[in-house]
Amino acid sequence: MNLVDIVFYFFAVIIVASAAVVVLSKNIMYSAFSLLFTFFGVAGIYVLLNADFIAVTQLMIYIGGILVLIIFGVMLTTKITGLEMKTGITGKAQYAIGGLSTLVLGGTLIYVFNSTSWFKSPSVPTTSTVEAIGASLLTNYLLPFEAASVLLLLAMIGAALIARRK
Amino acid sequence: MLTDFGFILLYFIIGFVFVGIGILTAAVLRPSHPNPIKNSTYECGEEPMGGAWIKFNIRFYVLALIFLLFDVEVVFLLPWAVVYKQLGWFAFIEMIVFVVILLAGLAYVWAKGDLSWERPRPYIPSLRDLVVPKKD
Repeated sequence: MNLVDIVFYFFAVIIVASAAVVVLSKNIMYSAFSLLFTFFGVAGIYVLLNADFIAVTQLMIYIGGILVLIIFGVMLTTKITGLEMKTGITGKAQYAIGGLSTLVLGGTLIYVFNSTSWFKSPSVPTTSTVEAIGASLLTNYLLPFEAASVLLLLAMIGAALIARRK
Repeated sequence: MLTDFGFILLYFIIGFVFVGIGILTAAVLRPSHPNPIKNSTYECGEEPMGGAWIKFNIRFYVLALIFLLFDVEVVFLLPWAVVYKQLGWFAFIEMIVFVVILLAGLAYVWAKGDLSWERPRPYIPSLRDLVVPKKD
């Protein structure tokens, strides 16, 4: 078990523990804050996979943007406090259904993981990938790049249109 | 590259340990005599009224949504800035096009008044509204 493995399990423990808090917490605000650590741990896993650009994207968009949006969404709801939240194990039927669906989903994922012949890259990039992404984005994939701006424009107008109070 | 991120992780760990040691030593050293007044929220000497969790204005949500989209734009700016020097004017014009398309969105939300705070719009009746139509 080398250093990278230790760091991987460190992040894996953070992800699983904080995700458990998200699901099991009785307070929706604590769930939202716990999601921060889940996102952070996923960013760490990305770094371990040598995907530094995706890790930075994860930090900026998920932690900097989407999490803020989720917390805003929580604060915009009328009843935050004194709300009976159904988290954890609430009944035998839910326990059975939840356990069964988890078992099916987990089993399928493990089966697919083991039966797929994974493409193993002969060489792991040790340098930053941002430069390569930038170069190919501005030359080979120029049209998708500019189309992304149109998509963002549409999302912005749509969001403003829906969220505007009328 | 991995070592560079290793330093960042080291900073995180040192930060957590540093704060953790501070809180732990304080917890060990300080006397613990809680009472209801001491446990209440400090509000500049005033007695706190109600909870801090109130319903926020929906305006914040629109602003956060717009922020998120410009956040995505910044993510696109990052790889562009790295290769900008090699590609020169070509990359510059591409990014100008990208930014101008997004600026149209900013102009839209600006013109529609999503960025400005909601002001009360009093209804000022004009003289024409007060005229009673003549009955024949």
